[in-house]
Formats: sequence, C-alpha cells, structure tokens
Amino acid sequence: MEKHTLIALMEDKPGVLSRVSSLFRRRNYNIRSLSVGHSETQDISRMTVVVDGDNRVVEQVVKQLGKLINVTEVLDVTDKPAVIRELALVKVKAGAGQRSEIIELAQVFRGRIVDVGPDSMTVEITGGEDRVNSLVSLLRPYGIEELARTGRVAMVRSGNGTNGNYE
Amino acid sequence: MRLTGAQAVWESLVREGVDTAFGISGGTVIHLYHALPEYPIHHVLTRHEQGAAHAADGYARATGKVGVCVATSGPGATNLVTGLATAQMDSSPVVAITGQVGTSVIGTDAFQEVDIVGITQPITKHNYLVTDVADLPEVMKEAFYIARTGRPGPVLVDIARDVQAAELDFVYPDEVNLPGYYLPGDDLAEPLQRVAQMLEEAERPLIVAGHGIIIAGAEDAFLELVEKANVPVITTLLGIGTMPETHRLCLGMAGMHGEAYTNLALSETDLIVSLGSRFDDRLTGKLDQFANGARIVHVDIDPAEIDKSVAVDVAVIGDLGEVLPALLPLIEARDRQPWLERIQEWRDDSASRDIVGQETDELVPQYVVRQIWEATRGEVIVVSDVGQNQMWEAQYFTHHRRRGLLSSGGLGTMGFALPAAIGAQMGRRDEQVWVTVGDGGFQMNIQELATVVQERLPLKIAILNNGYLGMVRQWQQLFFEGRYSGTPLLGPDFAKVAEAYGIAGFTVREKGEVVSAIEQARAIDGPALINFVVEQEENVYPMVAPGAGVKDMIRRPQGMAR
Repeated sequence: MEKHTLIALMEDKPGVLSRVSSLFRRRNYNIRSLSVGHSETQDISRMTVVVDGDNRVVEQVVKQLGKLINVTEVLDVTDKPAVIRELALVKVKAGAGQRSEIIELAQVFRGRIVDVGPDSMTVEITGGEDRVNSLVSLLRPYGIEELARTGRVAMVRSGNGTNGNYE
Repeated sequence: MRLTGAQAVWESLVREGVDTAFGISGGTVIHLYHALPEYPIHHVLTRHEQGAAHAADGYARATGKVGVCVATSGPGATNLVTGLATAQMDSSPVVAITGQVGTSVIGTDAFQEVDIVGITQPITKHNYLVTDVADLPEVMKEAFYIARTGRPGPVLVDIARDVQAAELDFVYPDEVNLPGYYLPGDDLAEPLQRVAQMLEEAERPLIVAGHGIIIAGAEDAFLELVEKANVPVITTLLGIGTMPETHRLCLGMAGMHGEAYTNLALSETDLIVSLGSRFDDRLTGKLDQFANGARIVHVDIDPAEIDKSVAVDVAVIGDLGEVLPALLPLIEARDRQPWLERIQEWRDDSASRDIVGQETDELVPQYVVRQIWEATRGEVIVVSDVGQNQMWEAQYFTHHRRRGLLSSGGLGTMGFALPAAIGAQMGRRDEQVWVTVGDGGFQMNIQELATVVQERLPLKIAILNNGYLGMVRQWQQLFFEGRYSGTPLLGPDFAKVAEAYGIAGFTVREKGEVVSAIEQARAIDGPALINFVVEQEENVYPMVAPGAGVKDMIRRPQGMAR
C-alpha cells in the first residue's frame, strides 16, 4: 500500500462533493485526506485527495472519479514533480514560561504564531506533511488543545504540464 | 413558448421521442399528471413504483429506446430504488422522474419528503434535483443524453412540486454542455491491429460476447466477425441473443451455470477476446483460476471496466458499433479444426451427462422451458426472473433472436420478470412475450397482473412452481448440510389468482399436460397464466461452486432418474 496524490477538477455545483465522497465510500477506497476549494477557473473546484492503495486500485479510483459527470479532469501526480503543501493550526498549552520555547520551535519550522492567550498559543505551519508532522510531535509534550490540518494540496511544477495534461 | 414546469417535462419527453411512460401519481406529481392528457404520451399505471421502474427498464431492453418512469416523492421515490439499481447494473437507459416537496420546505422532513437524489446517487448514472423551473429544459435534455449515450444507465430527475407549477419560456436546447462527460473517441488503429495479430496467432481463441454488443446494436458486424475469424463464442447471460445459439460457433452461456463445454473451453483457451462484457464473477468464477495461460483482449466502452477484475493484455476502449466494423477488415480467415473438434467432443459428452432429456415421467422445469421453445420455435421475447428459473431458461431455451431474452443479470432482482415484460410488451406490441418465473419471484410483484389486464397485454406467464426459493434451497442442499432454512414457500392457487384478475389461468401437474397447456395459452387472444407444479428439488447443473474455478464444476449426478 502506498499513498497516492490525485488532483480532480469538478463543476462547482451542489452535491458534487457528496458524489465524490460517496464514491470513495461505496467502492471501499481508503482516503487519507481530501481538500477542496476554488480553482483558477470560475465555477470549477479543485480537489486534492490522498488515497491509499496499489497502482491498480488507484487506477480504478482515477477512472471511477472520471466517470462522475461533474468531474471534468483527474490527474495522479504521485510520480510527477509537484509542490505539495499542507497547512496546520496547532493550539498548544503555553504559560508564560513556555512561550519563548514554542516561538523558537515554530521559527525553526518556519511557522508563525497567529494567536496568544493567557494559557495557550496557536501556531500556524505550512509545508510538506513531514514538516507538519515533526512540529506537531515536538509540540505534543506541551499539550495540544486543538489541531486542525487541511490535508494535502498539490500542484505539478511548471514545465510538467499543469494545464491540459490531465488524464 | 410559455409553459408550466409540468408541461415542460412532457414537452421535453415528446421531443425525445417518448410515447410511453410507466408510473403512479401522488401529491408531489399532481401538477405533472394534470398536464399529461395534453401530450401524446401513453401512461401505464403500474400497481407499485418498483413495477414502473422495471417496466421502463424492460421497455428499454426490448426496444433500445429510453424507458421512462414517474413516481411521487417519499415512498413513491424510494419504491423506484430496486428498479433503478437493476437498470444501473445492466446498463439500461431509463429516465426516472420524481416529484419532490416544495422548495420552501425541502430539508424540513416535510410530509413524504425523502432525499431521493442522495439515495440514488450510487445506483444511477447521474441524477438531478430541480429547484428552478428555468433549469428544466436543460436538465431534461441532459438526462436523456446521459441515459442513452456511452454506457447507458438510469438518470433520475427530482422536481420540486412548486417548480412543476411555475412558468417558463420553454426553449429546448439542441445540444448539451457536459464538460465532464466522457465518450470514447480514441484512435483504435493500433490496438485493433494487435487484436487481429493475436487472433491470427492463437491456436485456441474464444470470444466472450456480452450485453455491450446488443446495446451497441452491433449484432450484424459481430456475426460477420465471428464467421470470418472462425472463432467459437461463449456468451454471458445478458450476451444471449448476440448471435443465434443455433449457430455452429455459438457455445451458449458460460460461467456458474454454463454447460460444461463452455467452461472447459474457457479453461483451455489461449486467447480470450471479450466484447462488451465486464468479467462478472458469475462468468469468471475464482479469478486467479480464470483462463490461466490465456492472453486477454478486453473491448469495452467504459474505461473503468478495463483491469477492474481481470488484468488484460490489450484494451480497446470504444463503441462496439464502431470497433467491430473497424476490426473486420483486419481479420484473416483461419482454419481452427482441431480446437473446434475438441470443443465438439466436450459438447457431445455434456449432451449425454448433464442435459435433461425426456427420459423421466416426472414434471421437471427444464422440460417445461424446452416445450415453450418447441411450441414457439423461439419466435418470442422471453423475460425471465431470477434464480433457478432464470438458469433453466438460459440453458433450455435456444435463443436465436436479438433482444429475445430480457433478464436481470447484474443485480439479480427477483420480481423483475412480470413488470419488465409489461414494459417489453408495451414497446413491442407485435411480439408474443413470455414470462418465465418462479413461484417466489412471481409473488414479489404479483400485483402487476392488474396492470396487464388494464392495458390488455397478451402476456403469457409460465410459473415454474417448486414451492421453494429454489436457488437458495439448492445451495443449502449442496453447501449448507441440506438445512432448508427460510426457503420453503407457500403460494396461492396461481390459476385462481389469475382468474380473479380476469386472466385465463391453468394448472399443470402432469408432464403429459404441458404441451397442450402451452398451446391453449398461445391460442388465447389475451393474457394467460400457467402454473406448472414441478418437481420440487430439481437442481441447476452444471454448477461452479461459489469461490471455485470454472473448471471445477459440479456435474449432474450420474444414474439419477433426472
């Protein structure tokens, strides 16, 4: 089993996300993360989905997604050079004594402090999954009160067909 | 043209060439039904919405046109579900129109509200909820286009009650705008060249003929190809009718209940060319033992079928109506005498071992099916139900006609036959339509007898009544210690039931009465029902046990009277 990153473009219509998620559920595909938002084209949404499975399973995922009438393009970017990012917000327990340590840690990972309260602070980090994982595990000993992760978003690097080269 | 939403729906149907619709009225389709008499569409009132969905499906299968069914919101809509799933599994073009509660109360658990778009998402090719009357023409156009093109399937259009009453300036679009809808248009020259080459090289090639050939209307090109290439053919259940079963190269249905020679051919072939079949588990048996050593060519209109179950050597994605004529000139005639002779040996052996002849005095169901064929010479449309009756029909009725057998293959829906036959007869008024059905399946949609009478449909209904849910009983006998749990089945006096509906009813208990009962039923100018009270524990043989390879068949026990 390996993780595959797929990008799907779909019409921005009511119920489309439900069609996609229902497809994953009923075909028994294992999703790691799913992230969706606007694309460069009006009325077209862009979804990045990370799915577990061997090549044959993922090929089926791509084809079945492609069969959905509202899905316009699907691309498996797993083996393509791509920029892959995830954003996480981590609210971590922090009294006055821990603040500077946490700020230092965040800086090492190019994170930012986006909120500070009397007993906690919130760190924002953007990066590959590994970097986010590393920071989260380093923050864990302080006590994580809340964690919100977006899941992967991906974009193929220039010169490798970001446009018009979807399967 | 100023129309109400309700009028716009019927107007769209008329523009799509629809002249028949099956359905049941109700609170949220009352506007729709109010407008119906203004349009040249014959409405068939079924007695249950499941019947309407199967009838639309049967109509589509018999004619190749889109079948239409209508239901109200809530329970009306949920009653369509089994019929839509049946159509989806067998790629049958159906458009279902449902009423929805008013837009102002959608989402409030209003009376007879159900999220039918959510419910039917996985069992339709596509579906729509219409909450703005201005969207109706475009949605209707798309629904028919999606239902009938590519790999066909059911499309549901759910229309809020107030949308049906609202007015619009009706303009029916000429074209659809579906940027995400894929239709195959690949260049086939290279893969077809390879297919021709592989056929040329193969010593023991075998064609698997599936439903896709019928859907594409490619039977002529298919037969020409088979004869030119001189390759034997096995069919799937839904592939019956792709070519005459009387043809020397047609071996008939293979798989779980295929005759032994078809499965022996499958296990010894060195090249499978699958045309419009999806390698269903009822054909393949255990996948890792399927056609070992054979190269596989898979031709299908749906790319998602390629490599789904069986890994293939060459994939051709296209419409068989285009693929077969393109392949034909590339094929060289070849002598295949050793392979054809080997198959003939198996065939002769099967004839003496597995096939029920006329040596018993008991009334066995196979004999009934065979006599219906003898009496009609196959010049009818048969709609079979699901279970043992379906397999005996497939084995003992020698189909030679196109669209001559309609059956629920993929979903295996008991109760399909009677309502689907109503649809078939509505679409093919010139044909005699026979229903072959078990006593279990018949009782699942028995209420449609009233529809038969109301529409004056001359259906001929043959019940193979063995007092069991027979296929499950057979599994219990063979694999579950003979424990007949939940399978013995009490039924009414079916002939009397028929008569109560105003249908001629017959009961046959003796073998000697079979032929005359069939002749009488055929002679009646109207519907007739024959209740054949058959041997209760007759089994379907051969049988590939679930989870076994097709080679390992359970053959008919030797030395049995039947």
